[in-house]
Amino acid sequence: MAVAEMGSKKFDYAPAPESRAIVDIQPSYGLFIGGQWVDPTDGHAFKTISPSSEEVLAEVSEAGPGDVDRAVKAARKAYDTVWSKLPARERGKYLFRIARILQERARELAVLESLDNGKPIRESRDVDVPLVAAWFFHYAGWADKLDHAGFGSSPKPLGVAGQVIPWNFPLLMLAWKVAPALACGNTVVLKPAETTPLTALLFAEICQQADLPPGVVNIVTGAGDTGRSLVEHPGIDKVAFTGSTEVGKMIARSTAGTGKKVTLELGGKAANIVFDDAPVDQAVEGIVNGIFFNQGHVCCAGSRLLVQESAFDEVLESLKRRLSTLRLGDPLDKNTDIGAINSLEQLTRIRELSEVGESEGAARWTVACELPDKGFWFPPTVFTGVSQAHRIAREEIFGPVLSVLTFRTPQEAVEKANNTPYGLSAGVWTDKGSRILWMADKLRAGVVWANTFNRFDPTSPFGGYKESGYGREGGRHGLEAYLDV
Amino acid sequence: MTSTASPPVASGSPGTGPVSTSGSDGVDVAGITASNSSLRRFLHGLPGVDQVGAEARAATLSTRSIKTTAKAWAIDLAISMIDLTTLEGQDTPGKVRALCAKALRPDPSDPTTPRVAAICVYPDMVPIAVEALRGSQVHVASVATAFPSGRASLDVKLADTRDAVAAGADEIDMVIDRGAFLSGRYLEVFDEIVAVKRACGSAHLKVILETGELVTYDNVRRASWLAMLAGGDFIKTSTGKIQPAATLPVTLVMLEAVRDWRTATGRQVGVKPAGGIKTTKDAVKILVLVNETVGDDWLDPDWFRLGASSLLNDLLMQRTKLTTGRYSGPDYFTLD
Amino acid sequence: MSDRIDVRKTYKLYVGGKFPRSESGRSYEVTDRKGHFLANAAMGSRKDARDAVVAARSAFPGWSTATAYNRGQVLYRVAELLEGRRSQFVDEVAAGEGLTTRKAEAAVDEAIDRWVWYAGWSDKIAQVHGSTNPVAGPYFDFSVPEPTGVVAVVAPQDSSLLGLVSVLAPVVVTGNVAVVLASEERPLPAVTLSEVLATSDVPGGVVNVLTGRTTEVAPWLASHMDVNAIDLAGAPADAVTELQVAAADNLKRVVRPEATDWARTPGPQRMLAFLETKTVWHPIGV
Repeated sequence: MAVAEMGSKKFDYAPAPESRAIVDIQPSYGLFIGGQWVDPTDGHAFKTISPSSEEVLAEVSEAGPGDVDRAVKAARKAYDTVWSKLPARERGKYLFRIARILQERARELAVLESLDNGKPIRESRDVDVPLVAAWFFHYAGWADKLDHAGFGSSPKPLGVAGQVIPWNFPLLMLAWKVAPALACGNTVVLKPAETTPLTALLFAEICQQADLPPGVVNIVTGAGDTGRSLVEHPGIDKVAFTGSTEVGKMIARSTAGTGKKVTLELGGKAANIVFDDAPVDQAVEGIVNGIFFNQGHVCCAGSRLLVQESAFDEVLESLKRRLSTLRLGDPLDKNTDIGAINSLEQLTRIRELSEVGESEGAARWTVACELPDKGFWFPPTVFTGVSQAHRIAREEIFGPVLSVLTFRTPQEAVEKANNTPYGLSAGVWTDKGSRILWMADKLRAGVVWANTFNRFDPTSPFGGYKESGYGREGGRHGLEAYLDV
Repeated sequence: MTSTASPPVASGSPGTGPVSTSGSDGVDVAGITASNSSLRRFLHGLPGVDQVGAEARAATLSTRSIKTTAKAWAIDLAISMIDLTTLEGQDTPGKVRALCAKALRPDPSDPTTPRVAAICVYPDMVPIAVEALRGSQVHVASVATAFPSGRASLDVKLADTRDAVAAGADEIDMVIDRGAFLSGRYLEVFDEIVAVKRACGSAHLKVILETGELVTYDNVRRASWLAMLAGGDFIKTSTGKIQPAATLPVTLVMLEAVRDWRTATGRQVGVKPAGGIKTTKDAVKILVLVNETVGDDWLDPDWFRLGASSLLNDLLMQRTKLTTGRYSGPDYFTLD
Repeated sequence: MSDRIDVRKTYKLYVGGKFPRSESGRSYEVTDRKGHFLANAAMGSRKDARDAVVAARSAFPGWSTATAYNRGQVLYRVAELLEGRRSQFVDEVAAGEGLTTRKAEAAVDEAIDRWVWYAGWSDKIAQVHGSTNPVAGPYFDFSVPEPTGVVAVVAPQDSSLLGLVSVLAPVVVTGNVAVVLASEERPLPAVTLSEVLATSDVPGGVVNVLTGRTTEVAPWLASHMDVNAIDLAGAPADAVTELQVAAADNLKRVVRPEATDWARTPGPQRMLAFLETKTVWHPIGV
């Protein structure tokens, strides 16, 4: 498949495809329960496709309520008979093994992730998969140090965790959930997103390679119904969910009164704030990275650019110039910057909201590029003349669409940034240290990036304020979600 | 104001002296350089460079995978951009002649190989090079101004320059006074460049910033603008005599500077990274940087050069691999 | 058919990533608990100690500025290699300490797990022992732990692998570099450990291992002005005070010896002993 070139080019980068041969996709997959591959009891299956070509990659089982029940029971049995009895250091060593195998099979995982999700191989290879391994390494080391984590001596796990993850960073979200859960001594039943199950299923294989005791990790594939069965199952002690705010609220309601501990990592509409003394070239990179990395399918994406009015012209001109070197196309091409939108459903939503943006009077600017005929694609798009009242300034689009607003003073920037029910992240670009700290202090967001954006680390706690959810993932703070404290 | 591409200027006459346009979109050189403090305010008012961000951008660009036809094109372009260099105390006429022969015929077994852009030597070797390259399009570049340290009086530095020009050099690679720059005497640095430019006559002037001694990217940006304000035709990273020399992030910052300069003044200035560029991979990464920062207009030996010596043989080896399909070895390429 | 003659090992010093003999040219006999000859070990001199400190100092900038993640990865890999050499260690520990094979195996397994335990601390110590401080003013105020520098370690005399690991790992996981003086009578596991380090990704000079007479070498480390800290775990009781006095000349951080059950999982004390705390203030304002 060709990569759409933007702008005239003397230097035409030839196709540089990463080979698919490294990954061996089965024609069909069962559910991973109790350390085994099992067929679903009511036999339903669905297909997962590659969103860049619409090619069917595999058939995947749909877990019905009976299957979810089996999985929870397997997790409970593993918890009661094996995992809770294992000395903490041995738990840690299992996690170290998993981390190592993730590193050994890194290329395979990256290719599979790009095929199933649509994201560029450069990102899955250089960002997603390395972070996945690092997450397991970090939490492996916590397993036998919980006494030192600041939660009292000998904090106990919760038991069985039900975990539902989204399609935007499939394997990374799995790592964020499974690693701390296991390190703290819990067992898990995890449901990957219906459009991106494959790396979770490969992870199950890795658990087998690591000789992880059966039932400690269970993977039940399926869609919304499967997720609901899992979250509402009376046999789990803990619910962890990453996904939309709408579903997060449903989960908060349905778990009310059950005694289940819940953590939610939901949507966002982050403000990326650029002052007139920002290091311009790096700020432009930060803006691009903030909203176009991972096709904008990022809960903490910098989807609102708040640029100081005095710097507007210079920043926008630099931004548009920079966008013209973005390369959109085949996710497996090593030079691709912008991959496919994950599903037709998501593409439709992005298109609809973009129409809304135009109809509400914002000025739309799109990089000129040819889109491939098969697959789901949306070119990087910038709306200027956006105000807080516009829907595209309030609603999460979850696509490569940037809304640009202006401000005059730091106070005004803070007000506009905070004027949202969300509170996941924010960016601040300025050369002045005290202003960075002042802004960080005032911004009601769980993650503030200063002179950088979209940086993640297993030691760095991540999570939202307000309707972006509650709980933190990463670091010492991330243990709390999986301990009975 | 958009950045439309100006047509590349013909080889040998790349642009005029300092542009003194006034008005909000131009750069008022006379006003800016009226005093050291006004020049300082201007340079310190340029946007800062975040080190981590700049290095991250350079690192991401160096993950570009350039293969097959793209690689072949890049290799040939890189060869044609080389300023083949010998700047050693032990240089002799014999050595310089051998280098010139290599410049004219980099790969005796393959006449389709492009020639390099220039030879770069010390001033007293210029006559040898001029003689050996007579009739070819290969330029003769000479270092000057008490290269590499620059520590001599202005008179000595100008005499050094005039000697090289009189001997037939059509390009002069000067060094700025880093001591003056680092102690904030910007106007002194400016005046020296202007004087050297005058002494160049019709030869074109590359200004070596010696980025390894400037250390911060903020300084590299300021020194780049200073050199361009003073009328330099090219800005060059390093003398190649100290490390670090031409790193990717430094080259990136300098490319951003020439891009912004052209947007502000309409004048195009060239860039030459020099020192530490040893392999084809290095050279290709640099060309990717050029491509994605300033684009087509600089992908041309008139506007972009590579200061290197051992790089050429690695480019030739890679070129041979692409044409024959086999890995080659050093025995098959000439050492001069 | 006669028995195969085995290729015996030579036990040398480990300094700057290489295995030199002692510059003194001397060696001494190492025997098992029954007095049977095991090997000749290098008898380290004050000059070897001096060279080791130089090697350690030059390795410090690289090691201390590596990311915590990177240090953790490197140290975890060391554990993989220790596991691979398990039977060699078991033999050396059994012979040197007069233990049964089962007891030696338990000690070696514990040593490997101890190493893994410490490797996992690399990217956690800052969160557990750093802080942001709520000062009474518009300042962002934070404290970070930083490695102190070159740490001399007088390794435990009796516990030749588990005790050694328990005093060495906390030094390196925190970004410090080490000059280790191995147990005088049971030095063999220390030398085998250096072989493991040499074949791992631990940069040369980060760990240096000297064998020899404790009372001859330890004073030179204790008085060395370019050593920042010293762990006296294996110092003979009657020498401790003198060594501490010598250490006071440049105010080294000193870890005094005490009776320790090396089999028990320790707390963070040996890591904290070699960490400085840096507190930074920055105004908060527009």
